[in-house]
Amino acid sequence: MTISIPSITLSNIGPLLTLTVAGLLLLLMDALTPKGKKGYFPYLSLIALVIAAVQTTMLWNRSGTDFARMIYVDNFAFFFYLIFLLATALTILISIKYLEDYHRNLEEYYTLLIFATIGMMLMAAGGHLILIFLGLEILSIAIYILAGLFREDIKSNEAALKYLILGAFSSAFLLFGMAMLYGATGSLFLDDLAQAIKAGVGTNPLLLFGMGLLIVGFGFKVSSVPFHMWTPDVYEGAPTSVTAFMSVGTKAAAFAAFVRIFFLVFPEIKMEWNMLLWGLAVATMTLGNVVAIAQTNIKRMLAYSSIAHAGYLLVALVAANQLGAISFLYYLVAYTLMNIGAFAIVILVARKKDNYINIYDYCGLGFQYPALAAAMSVFMFALAGIPPTAGFVGKFYVFSAAVEAGYIWLAIIGVMNSLVSVFYYLRITVLMYMRPAEAELGPVTMTPAISSAVLLTAAGVLAIGVFPGPIYELALNSVKIFVGL
Amino acid sequence: MNLPILSILIFFPMLGVVLITMLSRENQWVIKWTTLVVAVLEFIFSLPLWFRFDSDTAAMQFVERLSWFPSYGISYHVGIDGISLLLVLLTTFLTPICVMACWKDIQDKVKEFMICLLFLETGMIGVFCALDLFLFYIFWEVMLIPMYLLIGVWGAPARRIYAAVKFFLFTMFGSLLMLVAILVLYFYHHKVTGVYTFDLLKIYGLQIPFQMQFWMFLAFALAFAIKVPMFPFHTWLPDAHTEAPTVGSVMLAAVLLKMGTYGFIRFNMPLFPEAAWYFVPLFSVLAIIGIIYGALVCMMQIDLKRLIAFSSVSHLGFVMLGLFTYNMAGVQGGIIQMINHGLSTGALFLIVGIIYERRHTRLIAEFGGLSTPMPIYAAIFMVVALSSIGLPGLNGFVGEFLILLGAFKINKIYAILGASGVIFAACYMLWMFQRVMFGVVTNEKNRNLPDLTTREIAYLVPLLIFIVWIGIYPNTFLNKTKASTENFIARMERAKAPKVALVDVIKGDIR
Repeated sequence: MTISIPSITLSNIGPLLTLTVAGLLLLLMDALTPKGKKGYFPYLSLIALVIAAVQTTMLWNRSGTDFARMIYVDNFAFFFYLIFLLATALTILISIKYLEDYHRNLEEYYTLLIFATIGMMLMAAGGHLILIFLGLEILSIAIYILAGLFREDIKSNEAALKYLILGAFSSAFLLFGMAMLYGATGSLFLDDLAQAIKAGVGTNPLLLFGMGLLIVGFGFKVSSVPFHMWTPDVYEGAPTSVTAFMSVGTKAAAFAAFVRIFFLVFPEIKMEWNMLLWGLAVATMTLGNVVAIAQTNIKRMLAYSSIAHAGYLLVALVAANQLGAISFLYYLVAYTLMNIGAFAIVILVARKKDNYINIYDYCGLGFQYPALAAAMSVFMFALAGIPPTAGFVGKFYVFSAAVEAGYIWLAIIGVMNSLVSVFYYLRITVLMYMRPAEAELGPVTMTPAISSAVLLTAAGVLAIGVFPGPIYELALNSVKIFVGL
Repeated sequence: MNLPILSILIFFPMLGVVLITMLSRENQWVIKWTTLVVAVLEFIFSLPLWFRFDSDTAAMQFVERLSWFPSYGISYHVGIDGISLLLVLLTTFLTPICVMACWKDIQDKVKEFMICLLFLETGMIGVFCALDLFLFYIFWEVMLIPMYLLIGVWGAPARRIYAAVKFFLFTMFGSLLMLVAILVLYFYHHKVTGVYTFDLLKIYGLQIPFQMQFWMFLAFALAFAIKVPMFPFHTWLPDAHTEAPTVGSVMLAAVLLKMGTYGFIRFNMPLFPEAAWYFVPLFSVLAIIGIIYGALVCMMQIDLKRLIAFSSVSHLGFVMLGLFTYNMAGVQGGIIQMINHGLSTGALFLIVGIIYERRHTRLIAEFGGLSTPMPIYAAIFMVVALSSIGLPGLNGFVGEFLILLGAFKINKIYAILGASGVIFAACYMLWMFQRVMFGVVTNEKNRNLPDLTTREIAYLVPLLIFIVWIGIYPNTFLNKTKASTENFIARMERAKAPKVALVDVIKGDIR
């Protein structure tokens, strides 16, 4: 028996290698560096992320698979790499001061963030269902720990435990679904699955059942209704910086795998899953937006808003056309910028140790801290989808995709949902500008790191909102792999 | 010399915003003067539009077209015809007046106020110039933000937040459905011609089946009808107008409401002409209800600003009645009435603002006999009130007369019912005027009210000049819009409403 070792090109996974090395190096250095001299760790991680991003851009336009077809080397994966790297970098920038306030500026935090990023990248690039699953677990395990970072805080504990138990549950669904697909087609490679479905196993009940279970598993990770129950509690309890990371990173990664599998493997049997996702999208948008109105804790409000945004992204998935795929990528970039930006402001306004996370703590902020409030308004208007922000263009693409695919009612329900969302996003601006401050809350301390994160995200939201062209072209380039659309 | 004059007009106020952002908050005087200079310069920059405008052609003029987002068919495409010319000039004309009017009124957060005002100007001019549906939508939404802040931050304390949020949500509701309709139109254009474009002039050339026109017309009309506001979508207006600061009310009444009527004549009717004919009875009746209902409600108001707000509902009903006649007199009347309403109602809000500044109340019952301490004020108020009623020789008469003439041609009943609105207007306006200005001074606080200052006279006189000018010689303005109106009517006459029952349209059973 001969064993053939497949030829591999290491540079194809360059960004992943860089991050892995960086993560391990940080752990090692942690052991060797004396206490109190570890302040530069976050910046080291940032450097690693930047190197990975540069490597990714150098890989751009490569195509094909590598590592015995386990990994896709294509622009779709690279686009997501960049989103993840951006999300992680921004998260690091907003974390430093916040963690210091809690005396929890641990270097493990940064290592875990980097490992989570690796997991996300594997999900975006995986060409084999097991690899996607491994990526998901690498990501999830890191997040379970990060959510429970404040171990003295009972809410943080609750968040970690809840996420762990429910996450394990959903992973099982996902794995079970993959097993079903294997049973139906005899392979776990996405390419083979697509071939098998083209060849006509489309209506095999085993396959449909497996697909349904995949929807459950991914639905949990992207917090789609009815698998969203964990989201508000976990988002509220987890450290704010981790919440920011989860709301953007985990969602993007899960959607990356979701989209790749459904647009690559299942476009032939679109009819089977379209109406199901239609229902999920409507339920997700509506529940997220309506319940967000009732929230007074800003972290919970943003949690429900993130559920609603998952709903908009599902609309793009339902549309299942090229524009839908493009809108997906654009929306995730926009969402990364505006959501992390919003959480950065939440961290700033909360001051030391999350003291002020009620929405009424934003009263009077507008004229006390004009720059801060202006940035928050940009994020709120962007999340609400009001031009000229990235949020508007994102929604514009998503609903265009729905209209193009003929789902006019879905688009109408979608825009009506944005109307509902305007109400609660607008309320933050109402409080900031139109209500006087209720009490003296003490000064907001800005550090260069978090200020630069706010500046970067706000400028980014406006820049890609006014000039959406370049990102569109990149996204267009990235979704060419989905020939079935 | 080919300066991109419209772009300058659109973005020059933004330059002012940047400038003001850099000024110190403490130095209110500098901020106010900077804003005034920017606004006056903006007006001066807009004058070449008037003088270099070619009245003989209906084509878009001063056109600028830059590729903005080519792969999606979005371009930065601006241009004006006779209809938008007047509205752009109205905007640039009123902004400096507004800056002068709020000189003393706004003492708090001046910097932010002026930023909002200039930002608003950018949005408004953008709406009137945009010839690309995407660009139009952007300006249409963007201008909500400063107006929302103007009402919510500087409005009357009691109900400003309610009014601001209501204003925002109402407008957003309509425009979001319009967005879906725009997208449907966009993909339909691609289906028919194979070209992706948001360019209005290209989409004008599209033949749309009636069934589709019907729904698209409704979606666009909802957005614009809320903005106009037509009965029964007018409920946001009294709140927004009443609670807004004086300048906010002026801008809202004079310019923002015109965006609705402008939307009808620029987008709704030319894009969906068959549906536009089909809906004539419905919209005419709604317009007439608006005229009469608005006027009746005016009579019962105890609050001056609320009275003027409802009079807007009535006046805008006239505009809509005129536009839906699709004949020369009616449409020309509708357009000139848009300008008239901007001048008269704008002036009325300024005038009420002046006594509000002195007395901090808007209740009619608080006043009485003001003509004794304030004779100049009384004279100006009288002229403006009469112009709003439609006295011959002043601007209101011209617009209303033309509109009724146009309406008479299509349906005598419309004209008769509409004309009753003029009578009601005389009732509520004169009765209000009598209670506020005539008689003896009943309230001691009013006895020593100072008359108008030079500043106040300075910003009211330009308005009066135009009120009289349009009243005596409207042709100066009508000539500018003539070619565009003829073009519009010719376009409308090429289409006729198909004779189908409403039930069949809704069921989709027509061929």
